[in-house]
Formats: sequence, C-alpha cells, structure tokens
Amino acid sequence: MTWLDALLILDSTLRVATPLILCAMAGLVSERAGIVDIGLEGKLLASAFAAAAMAALTGSAWAGLVVAIGVSIILSMIHGFACITHRGEQIISGIAINILASGLTVVVGVALFRQGGQTPSLPREARFPSLDLPGSVSLAELPVFGPFWAELVSGHTLPVYLAVVSVPLVWWLLWRTRFGLRLRAVGEMPAAVDSAGISVPWLRYRALIIAGILCGIAGAFLSTAHGAGFVREMSAGKGYIALAAMIFGKWRPWSVLFACLLFGFLEAGAARIQGTPLPVIGEIPIEVVLILPYVATVVLLAGFFGKATPPAALGTPYQKER
Amino acid sequence: MSHTPSRPGPAPGPVGSSYATPAIRLTGITKRFGPVIANDAVDLEIAPGTIHGIIGENGAGKSTLVSILYGFYTADSGAIEIEGRPAPILTSADAIAHGIGMVHQHFMLVPTFTVLENIMLGAEGGAMLRGGAAATRAELLRLERDYALEIDPDAVIEELPVGLQQRVEILKALRRGARILILDEPTGVLTPAETDRFFDILRGLREQGVTIVLITHKLREIMEVTDTVSVMRRGRMIGHRTTSETTREELADMMVGRAVSLQVERIATQPGAVAMAVQGLTWHDEGGVARLSDISLDLRAGDILGLAGVSGNGQSELLDLLSGIAPVQEGRLVIGERIVDRSAAMDPAEMRRAGIAHIPEDRHRRALVLPFEARENAVLGYHDGPQTGSGRLLDPTAMQAHCETLMARFDVRPPAPRLPAIGFSGGNQQKLVLAREIETEPRIMLIGQPTRGVDIGGIAFIHAEIMARKAAGCAILLVSVELDEILALADRIAVMNAGRIIGEIPRGEADVTRLGLMMAGVEAAA
Repeated sequence: MTWLDALLILDSTLRVATPLILCAMAGLVSERAGIVDIGLEGKLLASAFAAAAMAALTGSAWAGLVVAIGVSIILSMIHGFACITHRGEQIISGIAINILASGLTVVVGVALFRQGGQTPSLPREARFPSLDLPGSVSLAELPVFGPFWAELVSGHTLPVYLAVVSVPLVWWLLWRTRFGLRLRAVGEMPAAVDSAGISVPWLRYRALIIAGILCGIAGAFLSTAHGAGFVREMSAGKGYIALAAMIFGKWRPWSVLFACLLFGFLEAGAARIQGTPLPVIGEIPIEVVLILPYVATVVLLAGFFGKATPPAALGTPYQKER
Repeated sequence: MSHTPSRPGPAPGPVGSSYATPAIRLTGITKRFGPVIANDAVDLEIAPGTIHGIIGENGAGKSTLVSILYGFYTADSGAIEIEGRPAPILTSADAIAHGIGMVHQHFMLVPTFTVLENIMLGAEGGAMLRGGAAATRAELLRLERDYALEIDPDAVIEELPVGLQQRVEILKALRRGARILILDEPTGVLTPAETDRFFDILRGLREQGVTIVLITHKLREIMEVTDTVSVMRRGRMIGHRTTSETTREELADMMVGRAVSLQVERIATQPGAVAMAVQGLTWHDEGGVARLSDISLDLRAGDILGLAGVSGNGQSELLDLLSGIAPVQEGRLVIGERIVDRSAAMDPAEMRRAGIAHIPEDRHRRALVLPFEARENAVLGYHDGPQTGSGRLLDPTAMQAHCETLMARFDVRPPAPRLPAIGFSGGNQQKLVLAREIETEPRIMLIGQPTRGVDIGGIAFIHAEIMARKAAGCAILLVSVELDEILALADRIAVMNAGRIIGEIPRGEADVTRLGLMMAGVEAAA
C-alpha cells in the first residue's frame, strides 16, 4: 500500500465520518443537558430530504442547508415539547420522531416529485462543490506533504469542514463558557441549577436547538454534498451509529471524534476491500464487507472499552420535589 | 437606631425588642397542597445577625415555610419582608437577589464537578469561564480568611466527605452575597464531631453579621446554638421563645402539643401472657450509627404499650425490626415458641402468618399502593388467603365482596372498591389499612402513628377500634408522637430518646409534664 492509497482511504474515512461526527456532536450536546436523543436518525433523514427538496426546487444548495437546519430544529423542538415541557418518556418521543421522519419524507417526496419518494437528481450547481484550498495545486508536487494537503485536507465540501470544526467548537462551548457549565450541570444535577436560580427547561431547549443545527448540517451533507439527491431511508442507521459513537466516546468530544473516525474508517476500508482478493482468505463476499461497520458497532459497545458513565440525570424529566 | 453588619456577637434580647429592622418578616404565610394545609397563616420575625431556630416534627411545615422564603414554592397568601422592604419572592433567583442563601437537606451540588465549578454555577461572572474562575478563586481565599472555611477549590465533590460538601454549600451561598442563610436539617448527615465543627462555623458567621435560620427537629441543636427559636406544629406557628429563657421540656411540649383532649371509652382488661418479648435489641444503620441501643419490651395479650417520643429517636427502626422488615442484628425477639435473632430471621410474611399485624407509620409508602384500587389494596399481603377467592388466581368478585365488607364495617367513605387508594382522604385510607389488618384477627398488632393526617372523626373511630382489639385480647404496641393519643389509649407508656428506652411507667403515673421530661432525655424519676 502506497502513501497515496493510505491517503485515499483516510480521505474517504473523513467523508463517511462527516454525518457521524455532526450527529454525534448533536447527541453529545443534547445528552450532556440530560435529554436522550435517539431521534438523531429521524432528524438526519428529514433534514436530508428537506435539503434535497429545497435544492431541487430552488437550485440553491445554500437554501437547502437553511431549510434542512430549520426542519431539524423543528423536530428537536417537538422532542423538547414532549420531554421537557410535558416530561414525557424521551426514548418514546425520539422513536416517534424517527418513524415520523421515515414516513413523512416519502409521503412529501411522492407528493412533490412523483418519483417514488426520491428527489430528482441534483445538478452540479444545486450541490455543495468541493473546495480547493490554497496550495492544492502548487504544493501538490512536494513529497509526502504535497499529496497529504492536496488529497486529504483539500477538496472536501463545506459540511465536511464544518464537521471537523464542530468538535473543538462543542468542546469550547461546553468546557470554556458559562452556558456550557450550566448545560453540563443540568445534565448531572438539575436541582442544583434550579436552586441557583437558572431555568432548567430553557437550558435544555437551547441544547436541543444546537443539536438541531448540527443534525441539519449532517442531513444537508448526505443529500446535497455527498450525494446528489434524496433517496428513501438514505440515513441508513447513521444516526444510531452516531449515538453509539457518542456513547463509545463517553460523551467527550475528542473521544467521540475518534470513535466516529473509527466507524468511518471501517466503512471506508470495507468499501476498499470489496472485490479485492486478500491473502489467505481470498475475496470476501460483499455482504460480509457491508455489515462490518455495524458488527463493529455492536462489538465495541458490548463493553470492550470500559464502562461509560452517562450524565447522571440523562433521561430523567426534571420536576421540583414536593 | 441602626445596626452594622459586622456587629460582634448577638444581642437578641427578648424577641422583637433590641433591633430596628428585622432581617426577615413573614406575615400570614399560607400554603396549601391540595386538601393539605402545609402552612396556616404563619407569622415569623427574625432579628439580624442572630441564629434563629425553627423546630417541629416531620411534616410540621418547616421545610415548606423556608421553601417559600427561598422561592421554591409561592405562598397562596401572605407577605415577605426582607430587611424592612417588601420582597415578592417568586423564584430562587429573586431570593438570591434579596441576599438569601439556602443550604438544602439534600445538597444541591453537581457530584462530578469540582468545588470551584459548583461555586461558580449561577454566578459565573461573565459568558467565558476563565475570568470568573480567577475571580472566584480570589473570593474563596477571602472567604477562607474571613470565616475560616478552608476548601480545596479543585477537589471533585463526589470525592469529598459530606462535612466538606456542606461547607461548599455554605461557601456557594456566601459567594453570592448571602446575608441570610437558611439551613434545612443541616446536621442529619453529619457525625457528632462534624456537627460541633459546623456549629462553630455558624457562630463565626454570626460574628460577621450573617442572619442564620436553622431548621431542625433536634432539641439539642436548638439549645446549643440558637439565640431565638420558633416552634411549628401541623402547619401552624405555635410560639416564639428566646433560647436562653426556655427549656427543652417547654419546647417538647410545644412541639407535640396537648391542646385537644381525646375522649376514648376505655375498656379495662386484665393483662395476659407475654405475646412478644423484645430482648436487648441493638441496631446499627448502614453508616454504622447506632439507631437502637439495648431495647427491651414486653407486649402482653389484652394490653396496649404506648411508645412515646419525638420522632426520629428510633421508633421507626424498632417497628421495622419487630415487623420483620429489617433483620435483627443484636438481641432477640421471642414470639410464643419462636425465637428471632441474627441467625434465625423472620420475614414480614412469616410474621404475618404468626399472627402479627403491622400498620406502618408511612401509610403512603408502606401500607398502600396509591394508584391501585381499594379492593386491590384491601388484599395486600394476603394474596394467598381467602380474601382473593378460593383458587390460585385472583378472583375479582371475591376481592370486590371482601372490600365491600371491610368498607361497610369500618365506615370507609366513599364505599367504592374500584376507586384508587389515592382518591380517598387520609382518614379513610387509614381506615382501609386498619380494616385489612384487623380483619385477620391478629394476636399482636404493631401500630405506627395511627392518626397522622386523620380528621377528628376518623381519630375517634380508629381509637375505638384499637380499644376493641385490646378487649378481644390482642397485644398492641402503639407508636405515636401525639402524647394525647398515647395517654388516651395505652395501659403502659415507654418513652424513647436517642435510640434508648428512657423509662416505662404505668398510665396512672403518667402526665404530660413527666413524659415531656423523659422525651427530652431526662431519666424517669422514680
């Protein structure tokens, strides 16, 4: 395997990991505030559809991104209304959002485009272009660093860079700002926040809004940057895998990033070894290759890497005690 | 006449005379929770720079009152004045803005955060943490110097002993500029040594002009550390005293009350054989604290033994041991032929089969499943018996009939077997429990607080039923914090204090004054 081969695998790792990173950061912000966010999958799917539909109708990927974020925030607010305002069961509410997204995207898709739930294939102008960073051409001839810059760092779409930036941003927000201190406190001990005279519901709603924004970007990436349009169930469990990566990363941004990249690497690697005969075992059946990332999720989560301690108040609605 | 915040030492004098403006004035505070009046037109005035105690039994309304003061609840009516100015406190943020700090019974600390982060929470001093953290560190050093409250700002809360966690709570309040500090049952989690240190801290705070409100049900603490004291009972403010001019006995009397005299038709019986002998029971809780020390009692057929005492002195633990809920550690129970000790335990079901009925103190948590229907509650603990029909399955028709019978005989209103237990008033809930337990004609009854939260009519009915059981030859242990109830029903009266039996006297020799002395821990004078 050459340096270029390795770079190409890492390059596709990053692209595959992008929706995972964004969704996992969304989940992290939400769960650090004490709200279980199993609805990541639904938000991802709905915003992917919204982005593609809007881009198809207006021809603008940016309009698609804005609407995707809007739809994702609306779903987050429905979750918040059920779980924060009415102290509902958070898992149920999240699953309801997933089912809603799964059905609604197809229904609205058929109504708008009459293509069996898909959106029309998006032309190049209605998608996020690859961005060539300065030096991607002039530096490309340098040994080692040249290909690294040109192949791996440069040439991604905007959402990929947003995903990479979201990790330090979330870390900074949670561990360096007043808002972050309060947000983490409300996930551990909401009564302490309440007794400090700070509104518990408003903090949790704000956490969900941030989660909605991040999820919306992930959805737009799927259908208007990575893909060229929306297809049914195109989120394909990525929201759940992001949730798994978040738990595997123990609700800590950098560990979660590592987990997302690991899952991304497994999937990118799997795509790479498809059809390639390996020494000793020969060619691996495509079905086996495709389930690898999912098997890895199960195995890694089965407690291989020590116990993960979730925020103490996760999943528990806050009620002033009598 | 004005006061300066740093005025050294207290000068409480007679309540309400030696200061211009009270730190706190509450007028006519009333708070209802559904049908329960938690605070009934409560008035309170506290002088600045003093330690003021509020004492009362569990459920007397102390915690509700200070929760209103701290903005956790809003009063239905009444007014709050802080330092002479009307203070409409609707939220905790309002209370903090008025210089009120509160140390809760259960600490409001984030266990995974450091001391510094906990103290900053809600008073961060800016959108970024960095500047506020430096300022808070400096402030902590100042507080440490002024009040001798040392703490490592970088220690993680869950790794600190409770005494230090409590110190963090106090620092949190002071950091926000609290001039009035409310402490809700602060010593419940402390060891005696920690308690002494804690009281020194309170005196130090008073030196600095902080007004302290101490909520407790422990007389010792009131006498040791407060300047003035208010007594609450059943949601009402009973009276205010200057601590140096009152006595434990007077306060105990005020706490338990002797206002209503209860009339029960007494039935004279000849006490029979010993049905249950309690011999040398000593019991330690999970923390290794002795809750019961060398308890010995005899329960006799056709005889009521009343167990008096301020609540929290070991009565609940004793009931748990006698009913089989908690295992015996040291000492033994002799029940007829059976001996129950450390090696031979009996669980509550076996106890029940041996003819022991238990009416728990905590009706809502131990006697009833509140969301269940009355007919389901009427068979709790007796699912194997004829109450649920003849077969292996629960027979709804039989349960319905059984419940109707109980309700008719014990005058439970409304007589609706399908109504969930939560839908009945306290008195009718208790009648249902009593009916369930009495109906099996037990040989021994363990009764805890039979009339807590029960209206006057219900009290008379329940007392008459207990008396009737005695006449039928049942051996009865009656645990109550109501002295009137004990005096009305019991044949012999034992008094508990700090996990010990202080003494046992026949009813004829008992009066409120003597029992009050014993409840305060003074040994029975022969």
